Amino acid sequence: MAILPMKRILICGMKKDRKRVLEFLQRQGVVEIDTSAEKDEVFGQTDMTASSAGFSRNADMCDQALKILDGLVPAKDGLFTDYQVIDRAEYEKRIGLREESTAKAKQIVELNKRIAENEGEIPRLEIQIEVLEPWKNLDIPLDCEGTRHSAAIAGTLGGEVSLSDIYRQIAELKPELDAFDVEIISSSPEQTCLLCLVHKDQKAELEDALWRMNFSKAPLSSLNPAEEIASLKKQIADDQKQIEEDRETIIGLASERDNIRFVRDDYAMRAEKYEAIGRLAQSKRTFVLSGYLAKQDVKKIEEGLADMDVMVEISDPAPGEDVPIKLKNNKFTSPMESVVANYSMPNRSEIDPSAVMAVFYYVFFGMMLSDAAYGLIITIACAVCLKKYKNLAPGMKKFLTMFLYCGISTTIWGFLFGGFFGDAVNVIASTFFNRPDIKLPALWFEPVAEPMRLLVFAFVFGIIHLFVGLAIQMIQMIRNGDVKGAIFDVVFWYMLVGGLIVAVMTVPMLMQDMFQLSFILPLGVRKVALIIALLGAVGIVLTAGRDSKNWGKRILKGLYGVYGVSGYLSDILSYSRLLALGLATGVIATVFNAMAGMVAKGKGVVGVILFIIIFVIGHAMNLAINALGAYVHTNRLQYVEFFGKFYEGGGRTLDPLTENTKYYRVKEAK
Amino acid sequence: MDNLGMVFGLTGAAIAALFAGIGSAVGVGIAGQAAAGATSEKPDLFGKVLVLQLLPGTQGIYGLLIAFITLSRIGIMGGQAPTVGQGLLYLAACLPMGFVGLGSGIHQGKASVASINLVSKKEDQFGKAMIFPAMVETYAILALLISILSIFGIK
Repeated sequence: MAILPMKRILICGMKKDRKRVLEFLQRQGVVEIDTSAEKDEVFGQTDMTASSAGFSRNADMCDQALKILDGLVPAKDGLFTDYQVIDRAEYEKRIGLREESTAKAKQIVELNKRIAENEGEIPRLEIQIEVLEPWKNLDIPLDCEGTRHSAAIAGTLGGEVSLSDIYRQIAELKPELDAFDVEIISSSPEQTCLLCLVHKDQKAELEDALWRMNFSKAPLSSLNPAEEIASLKKQIADDQKQIEEDRETIIGLASERDNIRFVRDDYAMRAEKYEAIGRLAQSKRTFVLSGYLAKQDVKKIEEGLADMDVMVEISDPAPGEDVPIKLKNNKFTSPMESVVANYSMPNRSEIDPSAVMAVFYYVFFGMMLSDAAYGLIITIACAVCLKKYKNLAPGMKKFLTMFLYCGISTTIWGFLFGGFFGDAVNVIASTFFNRPDIKLPALWFEPVAEPMRLLVFAFVFGIIHLFVGLAIQMIQMIRNGDVKGAIFDVVFWYMLVGGLIVAVMTVPMLMQDMFQLSFILPLGVRKVALIIALLGAVGIVLTAGRDSKNWGKRILKGLYGVYGVSGYLSDILSYSRLLALGLATGVIATVFNAMAGMVAKGKGVVGVILFIIIFVIGHAMNLAINALGAYVHTNRLQYVEFFGKFYEGGGRTLDPLTENTKYYRVKEAK
Repeated sequence: MDNLGMVFGLTGAAIAALFAGIGSAVGVGIAGQAAAGATSEKPDLFGKVLVLQLLPGTQGIYGLLIAFITLSRIGIMGGQAPTVGQGLLYLAACLPMGFVGLGSGIHQGKASVASINLVSKKEDQFGKAMIFPAMVETYAILALLISILSIFGIK
């Protein structure tokens, strides 16, 4: 409903109490600590980055361990991760397990690292085996030097070469060689593996000949190739066994998941706390904490700090200060806070638009989706999730609540327009029961039959939306003491736009032929409306350029201001999407129904099955696409058309020191 | 030449489905490339970039919608075979959706690519990133509206 008034808080105390104070503030989660602590000779900041980073590192390690665990043993969390709520006593009890759980997390991470190393080593070993494979018939080690008088040279020649060819080539290259023997160990089309034995005196000569034949040395191994291969294979088997064992160990540690989650949250909390300590102004024995909190939380904090040895000072922030913003809304309007925050938080001189937006948001979303069945699906899905997950993160909860209301609105509009899975009632009745007369009657009217009528209502909603936006602008200006501005910038526009709209309603051609409306305002009204519009226009010409002192410039700027009326025209036309998207949902649903009906007609049981398949796939797609469309375009109407009339934004969200946890939430004993 | 009216009507339906479909295919295609790139760096973004990729997909659906309404009125999936004059009217009525669908689909795709880049750099700006492509879609919606109103208006 509103932007909460903010207070500045100053806490002074003894250094020994600082942790206790911060822990209390963190638990309350309502105080933002100012980063700009004053520094002088007495007060400085203590560098806490080391300890804070240490805790963050541990939290990250736990996150990593949890991710590894989730990969091997998926957690049974369901769609959303719900917070587990524990009380302070339970927290203190579990904190005793911290060392142990951290060690477990560390173990998981290390085991995972070893698995990765082993998995990397296996292909490397396999390549070694592949290289040795052609040599496996050799019964001496490949790095054998030879005997006292002989030398052994092992290596390969490219391609498949026969023994006689080798002898011939050697003879051609080095006819003087005589004391050598060549043995082919293995040969394949790619390479021929040889072992040459030669008298030591002729070794150099033979090698020379071989080099010229493109000989390359064999890989070295100190064992017989066959033995080496066996040992490598054993190593692979060992690695694989190790991987299996490590995996088993990790899987065995899955029972520690809750504890690791708990310490993860604890570390994250500590990291945040120490980071906050680093921001405090501290002297040798005292500390000063300054920050912001909402006025409504002052009492709670003061009472909590009363039994600690600290001095608390609450004051009003100075006018120019960069005060953070906190919004307060009721259950119905609070989901809009995230929509507002997505655009920009309101600044201090603005009104929180959430409450006003809420009604329009739900109505517009419903109109754009406008199918009772789709609405019911969304409503039930959101309601079930909200009921099942009681402790969702606040953002998620708001999101689901928003769609819950959007779903309800969609259901209502669906029944008003007679859409239930499009025209499913009629299609099913005529396809399977031969009763084309049965259909779901629209409570209001069918948009497909009277699109112009709905277009008019879309424009009417649009005009209301825009005028409400203008009204907020007026309230804001009056609240900030700019009554003249409120008249110049809002009332004149009301007169101009409102007058023109009323004048349009007196033109019979537009009203009857185009919009098929039965009522027309009398001609006399047209005159009055046009006079009002003209007065408004004159007012705008005279005042829109009031920043300029020069009257010539001022009038020119004023004329340009009146040109803004074309902006209103396009704004109002923009609301035609309410009709277009609503029609799109209905007609696409009809398309799928017709397709399903055509396929199923007269095929008996098979037909029913085909009908259901087409029906489910088609409507699932239609719902997904059009719900997305309705969501995006509802936002657009709020951001562009509505906010364009009054909203500036640029506020900063209150960022309190809080227990920034992921899995657990500690409930305070009352 | 008895069913010339139907030929014109069918041509209109084909133009709506064809061009709007091509526009969306191109738009979703280029956005998909950007989305895959963003996901390769940050897999957690999948859900968000998928939504952005889908945004230019609506033109194709609007085209399908216009084509279907036309088909159901010109004697192909229902209705009566139109006269030549009516057939030409249907053809004209389908043009806005076809052409605007083509142009806006492609350019919405480009805006989506930019928005995907935005989200991959600043994850929390998703709400704003979604609005930029939606701006382009406005024109597809306006064309859809004119096409629908025209078709419903043909007596």
